[in-house]
Amino acid sequence: MPQAIIRAERVEKYYAQPSENRIQVISPTDLSIVPGEIVALLGPSGSGKSTLLRMLTGLSIPSAGQVYWHEKPIDTVETNVSIVFQSFALFPWLTVLENVEAPLQARGMEPVERRKRAIKMLDTVGLDGFQHAYPKELSGGMRQRVGFARALVVEPEVLFMDEPFSALDVLTSENLRSELLELWQKKSMPTQSIFIVTHNIEEAVLLADRIIVLGRNPGHVRVDFKVALQHPRDRKAAAFTQLVDYIYKVLTQPDAQMPALPVTGDGRRVRDQRLMSYQMLPHARPGGIAGLLEFMIDHGGKADIYRLADDLAFEIDDLLPIVDASSLLGFLSVNEGDASLTPVGAEYGNAEILRQKEIFREVAVENVLLLRQIMRALEAKSDGTVPEEFFHDMLDEQFSEEETLRQLETAINWGRFAELFDFDASRRRFILPSKQASEVDG
Amino acid sequence: MNLLPGSFSSLRARGEMGIPQTLARSQAVRRSWPFILDLIVAGIGLAIFYGVVQIARLWLGQPQPDVVLSMSPRALPRYALYSIVRMGAAYLLSLFFAIGYGYMAAYNKRLEALMISALDILQSIPVLSFLPGVMLAMVALFPSRQLGLELGAVVLIFTGQVWNMAFSFYSSLKSLPRELVEASTIYRFSRWQRLFQLELPYAAIGLIWNSMVSVAGGWFFLMACEMFVLGSRDFRLPGLGSYLQTAASDGNTPAILWGLAVMIFIIVATDQLLWRPIIVWSDRFKFEQVEGTRHVRSPLLHILQQSNVAKRLSSVTLTPLTERLYKHAAVKHSTHTNSDDGSLPASSRWVRSVVLVVVLLVIGYAAVQALHLLQTISGGEFLRILGGAGATFLRVIVSLLLATLWTVPAGVAIGFHPRLARIAQPLAQIAASVPATALFPVLLLLLLKSGAGMNTGAILLMLLGTQWYILFNVIAGAMAIPNDLKEVARLFHFGTLQRWKTIILPGIFPYLLTGLITASGGAWNASIIAEYFRLKGTTMTTFGLGSQISAATDSGRFAVLLLATIVMAMMVVTINRLVWRPLFRLAESKYKIG
Repeated sequence: MPQAIIRAERVEKYYAQPSENRIQVISPTDLSIVPGEIVALLGPSGSGKSTLLRMLTGLSIPSAGQVYWHEKPIDTVETNVSIVFQSFALFPWLTVLENVEAPLQARGMEPVERRKRAIKMLDTVGLDGFQHAYPKELSGGMRQRVGFARALVVEPEVLFMDEPFSALDVLTSENLRSELLELWQKKSMPTQSIFIVTHNIEEAVLLADRIIVLGRNPGHVRVDFKVALQHPRDRKAAAFTQLVDYIYKVLTQPDAQMPALPVTGDGRRVRDQRLMSYQMLPHARPGGIAGLLEFMIDHGGKADIYRLADDLAFEIDDLLPIVDASSLLGFLSVNEGDASLTPVGAEYGNAEILRQKEIFREVAVENVLLLRQIMRALEAKSDGTVPEEFFHDMLDEQFSEEETLRQLETAINWGRFAELFDFDASRRRFILPSKQASEVDG
Repeated sequence: MNLLPGSFSSLRARGEMGIPQTLARSQAVRRSWPFILDLIVAGIGLAIFYGVVQIARLWLGQPQPDVVLSMSPRALPRYALYSIVRMGAAYLLSLFFAIGYGYMAAYNKRLEALMISALDILQSIPVLSFLPGVMLAMVALFPSRQLGLELGAVVLIFTGQVWNMAFSFYSSLKSLPRELVEASTIYRFSRWQRLFQLELPYAAIGLIWNSMVSVAGGWFFLMACEMFVLGSRDFRLPGLGSYLQTAASDGNTPAILWGLAVMIFIIVATDQLLWRPIIVWSDRFKFEQVEGTRHVRSPLLHILQQSNVAKRLSSVTLTPLTERLYKHAAVKHSTHTNSDDGSLPASSRWVRSVVLVVVLLVIGYAAVQALHLLQTISGGEFLRILGGAGATFLRVIVSLLLATLWTVPAGVAIGFHPRLARIAQPLAQIAASVPATALFPVLLLLLLKSGAGMNTGAILLMLLGTQWYILFNVIAGAMAIPNDLKEVARLFHFGTLQRWKTIILPGIFPYLLTGLITASGGAWNASIIAEYFRLKGTTMTTFGLGSQISAATDSGRFAVLLLATIVMAMMVVTINRLVWRPLFRLAESKYKIG
């Protein structure tokens, strides 16, 4: 096995909290990138894909562990990597040519040589003739071509890509993907290895020689395997669909085995989200849940999640929260990538709106701890209002600031739909509906 | 004004040597016009040279504290030039200071909080209170040159216009898009390259709009600081402001009219020759992914971009310079990577802490001395200052109310009717940029003739100086109300009252508030001139904090000046915190559209 270009040794990322506990984003992870392969990193949102990528590039420093560049600590040496960004990250005030020249300029290259190389690279990615255009004059696909040209012009050893095609339409991304593969296979770029972060399973199976799937809470490697399919890969081939199906199963299946609780060097306990009292609310809207259930009823009450995403033309990232929420509320039971409707789920899907709210009220209070706590607090207060901050502080112990806010937003959304409580956005307070009504009457 | 060398015409000019032009441009214009264009550029160059000679003669000459101003219109161009140079120097100083201050505040985590709250307070300190101190210091620095007085004026204008620019640059740096920052890190941009290719371009638009506001405000103060009395000395700087004041004192109507005409001409010319080209040029810095539809046009920029001389000039001077800079920075950058993570060598850390201690000692000493100065104030004087603060507070409120009363209906009318806006907006812009201090003597004369007192006059000047902030914000707010809301009102036959209550007032509220905040700060500052004015040899005053500051300046009573200034700054800061900020939060959460 060739020597690794980049090797991560037990890297982890956590955010310190004011209290004893801290929030773990990525648990200790080993990973190496060796020459000659395309690695795809898959995972649901919140699994720390982008964080891991940024640690491997040296942009972000791990909270613990070390990343090595050719066996030397990455913060002591000069690396030679590039990133292709989801948002392209082009400088809108520079022309296409100036954008591609900028990294060379940063390395102190002479103007003539710099221009020659930039133009050659633009030619390679098919942008000949657009040197003097500004990025905003180009279509999304063309802009990402500029992104590729800028990344490749420095002849990086490792080319990182952070969901490079997800801001593009289906045809454009298909086209760019196959061109990238062609450049790679013909060795027309000096790059030794490609590392691509994506949430599109088919994209990973189409491109990668090796696929790593991350799980979340905290982020950790679920599986890491080689893909032995021959290029060009056929989407319809049995081996291809089997692989896609397998990854779907891994993604939707809860972790079978529970890893031991990590303990930090100073003996402080690291909180593991799976053991915490609050479950993580998936960010789905009640309307979306109802929509999914209705769709399932029309399709016989049972469906393969991969097929479901396909039929609905959903990205897995958009579908999973809805599936998770439905299963949390007891509307669906999920087993090995297959979802089936429960009786209460079927009733919910068929009911009209007022009845839906009633059912939602029952299952939400029964299954969601946070909602139950909000209700209990509201009923205990004589004026029937409780500030949001109260719950914010409790959630803060377990979730990052960002996640806390999203948890509260989802809880408010669900509670409002179920007419459990109302929320006064300007005063940031929960209100018991009956109290509010009596206020108006009095 | 070539601040961003990496990014514009110079690069494209070079591009044409080696690369075939791929995008067809208007070749005809290119061939038939360059000669005349070059002539124009050469003319501009000669004019600048003459101007520099004139300024040098004045600045390096003997100090002339009691200059006798000629009231002849023929002297006006020279006076105008002097005033413009003062403004320009102050503006450039502000620009560089603002960039430096914003940069430090954004990237130095330890200083950030301190620097930002300092910005908040400095913004609300009345500039004119500094006048005596700054002037005396500068005259003492250059006793045998006019330079001292000139620098004093420049520094004063600078303190009036720098803070909002600094804040704008700071907040741009804080909101840099994350992926662009990552791109510049992963491609190992040096600090220079980062500054020129990422930070300055991203901040450019905010900086330019704030510059326009600052320069307009600068004229206001220029008028005041070209002519003032300090103790027994009467300082006069030859310039447009002193010309207008002298003319008003003498009641010389033709001279007043000439002065005003030149003033308006300068303002229109600045708009056409400076701001417009810059705004058009800055269009490329808009951080947007799609091409906007609205375009401002500037013939001057077109001329400059087409001119061969300008092109050659920049390819000979700027291009090699920036290349050198980038290369030097790149080489330096690569020799010591990753050293800026706070791991300074022990020696420089030691030097730093010594410097810190010295600075703290100096600040402590000065603060104690100032407190000693305050001890000389008697209780009666203290009460008078508080009473004056109350009186000025009432005036500020009245002027804001008056301004709101007329600007809200007018602004909404302009905002709702595009045809009206096309006529009214440019007119309002010109009216707004004529400094109130230039008009004030004329208006005060008329007012006194009609029998009104100085109290009315003071409110009038505050109104003149601040109403525009409110008007322009209301126009912007009215324009931002979505069309479908207006259509709803029409569909359901809302009455006038309901329309105002449910759509117009909530819609313009955040904008109105922004205008009011700026206007309130401005009105406090204006009170220093408005409540104490010298006309025809007599001093007109009315009871208030502003007149107390001015009177203390005149008689050289620095203790009173200091206390009154502190009280005014505290009034402004307190009102901001207690009134404006909560209202602003309400506007942000409840009345934000979209």
